[in-house]
Amino acid sequence: MIAIVDYKAGNLTSVQLACRALGCEAVVTSDPQQILAAERVIFPGVGAAGAAMQHLTSMNLVSVLREVANKGTPFLGICLGTQILLEFSEEDDGTPTLGLLPGRVPRFQPTDRRDKVPQIGWNQVHQVRKHPLLEGIEDDSEFYFVHSYYPAPSTPDLTIGTTDYADITFSCMLGRANIAATQFHPEKSGRIGLKLLNNFLHWTPSR
Amino acid sequence: MLTKRIIPCLDVIKRRVTKGVKFQNNIDLGDPVEMAVRYSDGGCDELVVYDITASAEGRPIDIEMVREVAAAIRIPFAVGGGISCLEDMSRVLLAGAEKVSVNSLAIKNPQIISEGSKAFGAQCVVLGMDPVAHPNDSRFPSGYEVTARGFRVRTGMDAVEWAKRAVDLGAGEIVVNSVDADGTRAGFELTITRLIAEAVNVPVVASGGGGTPEHIRDAFVIGGADAAIIAGMIHTGDYTLRQIKDALHADHVPVRMHW
Repeated sequence: MIAIVDYKAGNLTSVQLACRALGCEAVVTSDPQQILAAERVIFPGVGAAGAAMQHLTSMNLVSVLREVANKGTPFLGICLGTQILLEFSEEDDGTPTLGLLPGRVPRFQPTDRRDKVPQIGWNQVHQVRKHPLLEGIEDDSEFYFVHSYYPAPSTPDLTIGTTDYADITFSCMLGRANIAATQFHPEKSGRIGLKLLNNFLHWTPSR
Repeated sequence: MLTKRIIPCLDVIKRRVTKGVKFQNNIDLGDPVEMAVRYSDGGCDELVVYDITASAEGRPIDIEMVREVAAAIRIPFAVGGGISCLEDMSRVLLAGAEKVSVNSLAIKNPQIISEGSKAFGAQCVVLGMDPVAHPNDSRFPSGYEVTARGFRVRTGMDAVEWAKRAVDLGAGEIVVNSVDADGTRAGFELTITRLIAEAVNVPVVASGGGGTPEHIRDAFVIGGADAAIIAGMIHTGDYTLRQIKDALHADHVPVRMHW
């Protein structure tokens, strides 16, 4: 069973629909037992980090996510879900987050007014190392982004892919062992995004 | 580099995509789900679906259609028309739309922008606005007034002031649909597009008047838009999305070329 973690952080319909398009019936759930029992876990999310952490805490999901990540379950963070995997977000006057990956989440500070915040749209992902989730996906393919904050892992070897926006190159895909995480939305990135999701659904991480 | 988005617009009446000029003389173009799939496969970057008679008929948006579109395509889409409250916004988003577009509702009740933004995130809340040129009228410092209800009602609000206020309230994107250019296919209204693009720090979408790839290029390069909504020029088959993107690419406009 594939679990899509529901923690009241936005709309999970499109993630579920994308899994369905790949022939996989994923379950949208906030039940700790179901999440712990899942063979794969998708941790999406849209919205603000502060409210998301409050929900995770009040729903007793913080330790559940930590356990899932530690026991080797293939785990995919998407957008806000990815940001929350790091240690600290600048959002909402500073929000301590899960800390499953080392690093912070700062806000874009463009110097050129033409660089809008949020970044909305399709941008290139530069592949900096090989990863099973990128199998069959060409370097510099475009994926769909919607975000004002970005992942800044504190160890460079976590980075799988980078994207250029608002004067910086940020880590748009990161991970280690059984954890992979994207700032972009594979479920909304057309055929290429589906390819990445399909790779996740068939991924056997090396421990 | 972030690419400029090309967004086909599907104006739907009773489950059929239609095209009219200035909201009149509508003709039938096809099934919205089939057209969404065709344009998505053809390389559009996003879609917008308007249930254009929902408001006038006082009925909620066709949520089943939203569900079917969401199930059929894997790119983002926005939905507008017939949104009358926060609950409507929620239903549209839960049905699988990425964004919800409010226009007349936001004029009547600006707080809906902040409520929607707070509940779902600013990126889900698009302000659609229909400005009309009003030169030499001191009530409108930008030279443009906001109209409502399909251009039929004047609001007395300055277009740039309204855009700024909407962003302050929490709108994550602004669609500038020129009343004067709508349906003409003679080019986007670049002046008001640029005024708003320079006044706000969220993405601005040019709408109304796109007839050729050059018009779209001008909306980006001169109008400062981040995306462009098109309708007639592809609905009629005069251009394919591939032709439009090839032309923009040749003109050094960053667009998504592989899909």
